[in-house]
Amino acid sequence: MLTPEQVEARLERILLKVQKPGRYVGGELNSVVKDWNKTGTKVALVFPDIYDIGISNLGLQILYDLVNQRPDALAERAYAPWVDMEALMREHNIPLYALESKRPLAAFDIIGFSLPYETLYTNALTLLDLAGISLRSAERGEADPLVIAGGHACFNPEPMHAFIDAFVIGEGEEVIGEIIDVVKKFKINVSLRAAVGGEASSSSAGGLLRRPFGAPRNDILRELAKIPGVYVPRFYDVTYLDDGTVAAITPNVPEAPKTVLKRMVAKLPQPTTRFPVPNIDVVHNRVSVEVMRGCTRGCRFCQAGMITRPVRERSMDEIVRAAEEAVAVTGAEELALLSLSSSDYSDVLELVTKIGEKFGGKHLTVSLPSLRIDTVSVALMEKLKDRRSGGFTLAPEAATERMRRIINKFITDEQLLETAREIYARGWVNIKLYFMIGHPSETLEDVQAIAVLCKRVLAEGRKLLGGKAKVHAGVSTFIPKPHTPFQWVAVDTVEQIKAKQELLMRELRGSAFKLSWTPPEDTLLEGWLSRGDRRLAEVIYAAWKNGTKFDAWQDQRRFDAWTSAFAAQNLDASFYTHRPRRADEVFPWEHISDAVRKKYLYQDYQRSLEGETRVYCREDCDACGILPTFATTRHENPGLYWKCPEVKSPKKRVKVMS
Amino acid sequence: MRLRITFSKSGALRYTGHLDLQTIWERTVRRAGLPLAYTQGFHPGPKIQIASALPLGFIGRAEIVDIWLQQNVRADPRVGPGADTPPSGTYRQARPYADVLQPAAPLGLTIVSVQQVDEHGPALQTQVASAEYEVTLLDPVDGAELVRGLAAALEAESLPRERRGKLYDLRPLIESLEQLPADDSGTLRLRMALAAREGATGRPEEVLDVLGIPFETTRIERTRLILKEDIK
Repeated sequence: MLTPEQVEARLERILLKVQKPGRYVGGELNSVVKDWNKTGTKVALVFPDIYDIGISNLGLQILYDLVNQRPDALAERAYAPWVDMEALMREHNIPLYALESKRPLAAFDIIGFSLPYETLYTNALTLLDLAGISLRSAERGEADPLVIAGGHACFNPEPMHAFIDAFVIGEGEEVIGEIIDVVKKFKINVSLRAAVGGEASSSSAGGLLRRPFGAPRNDILRELAKIPGVYVPRFYDVTYLDDGTVAAITPNVPEAPKTVLKRMVAKLPQPTTRFPVPNIDVVHNRVSVEVMRGCTRGCRFCQAGMITRPVRERSMDEIVRAAEEAVAVTGAEELALLSLSSSDYSDVLELVTKIGEKFGGKHLTVSLPSLRIDTVSVALMEKLKDRRSGGFTLAPEAATERMRRIINKFITDEQLLETAREIYARGWVNIKLYFMIGHPSETLEDVQAIAVLCKRVLAEGRKLLGGKAKVHAGVSTFIPKPHTPFQWVAVDTVEQIKAKQELLMRELRGSAFKLSWTPPEDTLLEGWLSRGDRRLAEVIYAAWKNGTKFDAWQDQRRFDAWTSAFAAQNLDASFYTHRPRRADEVFPWEHISDAVRKKYLYQDYQRSLEGETRVYCREDCDACGILPTFATTRHENPGLYWKCPEVKSPKKRVKVMS
Repeated sequence: MRLRITFSKSGALRYTGHLDLQTIWERTVRRAGLPLAYTQGFHPGPKIQIASALPLGFIGRAEIVDIWLQQNVRADPRVGPGADTPPSGTYRQARPYADVLQPAAPLGLTIVSVQQVDEHGPALQTQVASAEYEVTLLDPVDGAELVRGLAAALEAESLPRERRGKLYDLRPLIESLEQLPADDSGTLRLRMALAAREGATGRPEEVLDVLGIPFETTRIERTRLILKEDIK
């Protein structure tokens, strides 16, 4: 295995041949470089897209900070090299290395992939390959690091089951520590091995052969399977019915629970503030503070809102203090206050006022995304932005009353137009509107209504700003995601999608409009990967072997490689996307639970068919399943911090209800 | 108040370009708690002037940047009268500026010295006269051929070259060019001083090309910037 010095020497020869070499050298202020030989457990945190995108991923930054706070562990980072760098690395035999120490990833004990969305899957395989680690979990030996993964895409882990040793379902702050504690127990220490007369832990390559674990891999994984929230795919067998749907998912060792329940931190820990500051320009060059987790709106298409429940808010003081500290230690020019629905934060007006006071006149841009469509939001934005640069974003999603009831995101045209008026009146020139096409039972009339609504919004702008007013319609295509009320629904066919998109292109012409849409191939790919079962693993492998990578990047995507991979596996791709699911169908993700009951989701789906909306659950609890499952936790953490009702009497036993 | 900072840019920062370096300075000053002065106008930006853009991949041993700080600032509770107290401003520094800036700087940015200069003096970029470089040849090179090449370049009356579609003569831009003694491992090094004025800037890669050395096989360090005032 190469030493860091050897890696650096080879890098020096190639870095000036690639685009943005600063992506590959680390050295950022606030990055943590610990003494390798004095720190026990080594964790490599990997985001499988380029540095420019991965560095600001908050989940990874949180785990980086937490692991490095432990004296007995270290965390370093790695990102996907862009295609030019990858080619040179292969040519010059440079293995994938961590930025901090330049040590090959294969020298670490644990490799933790962040998988926030499915189009990063093939990149994850590329990174394992570049690291020289067997792609398949079953082929890894005692000398290989443990390969774990976490992130929202892991709520259906099955397509990647063959490549990941263990998945973390849910929030990682506590469980990462528990995993390190287990791994620690299995690491052999050098003096013991020397005494026993085993192979020297140093090799001719400068003493960097990773000290293997002192037990068979399977034993370590069985210990990990005992940790709540950790899913080890090899300990489950999946059988299928004749019609191709799942018959059963059965654990094959006693340590593996029938259902893996997500982890959820009862109280959000202190926000991370010591962010590594990139030395080059990146996509989100800012610091972020999470204002709250979870969402109570219950929009039926939204997976994030469901899987991150219950809503837990941070206190305003904690947020403001974290913001101040983060800006002070990074010198950042931009601060983002993150949540799924900022307007729902209990003291949002007060928070924004306080932030405005603290940072006013300090040349700091504050962004507060995901605001509700009402005029209050405009007032909030005004307090944050001295300049009206950029656009103002709203997400109506649908344009007819019928569709709004179906998706449970009910606003009126009048609300949207009134809000748009306020926005244009206060000097914003560009309004960005997010819409979604492809929702269940949507017709061309519903899509036509999107165009009409955009024109009405533009008309408001023209009244106030004349020809300067602009509208940008960002129209994505709906994919029914696991763990949502719409998970029984089929994706629109490519013909349907194209017809809808063509309609919008015809209607929204002219320089005042900008229209973005998702190519149907992207939608299909995301549909297959997010709704797939274990058989998708071979499809992913075949597509990867055929050269697919950076599937989230339009210029890199290779749809033909995916369709031929399905054909080679004798699988009908449309089985995963265009088939409506039976009411009693066992889903490939059946054994992964976010505590929201399947029966509840089905009921909500039925209600959507009737066009029934639901009241915002903060006002009236809907019994989605979170409370029974986490009753004890709620009881131990009373108060306004959580947005679920209080639990007066603790349950004797926590039961995961179906 | 205008501070002139001499600094080195090395390590990971070698791969950070000129524009990103501006951002790094802005953030470093901000983290140090010093009040940056901003330009007027529609799009205010911090007043930071880097003497001369250092090409991506070069190491800089003595780069120069001018930074403007706000004058009438409320005294920071940390400060008191100190050695570097500027006579005109009310902002006073308890410790030398370098001591405040260095901990706030990223790895690879090392402060060599900080001085106060005339706020209304000419722009820093117009003050650069020439630059000195040291080039380490990472690949083995025929020593005798190198000596011949250096002599030929220096004896030539002109070295016509083309860069970015424009023709120019490199020879007058070469103020000096010599070989340095080899280091312990036998690696050869060159030193050159090239003009660095507006419209007349010699580039080390061009000199290397004349010598037949591909620049990807070298490590280039700009060791000094010579300002007009230094020559007088």
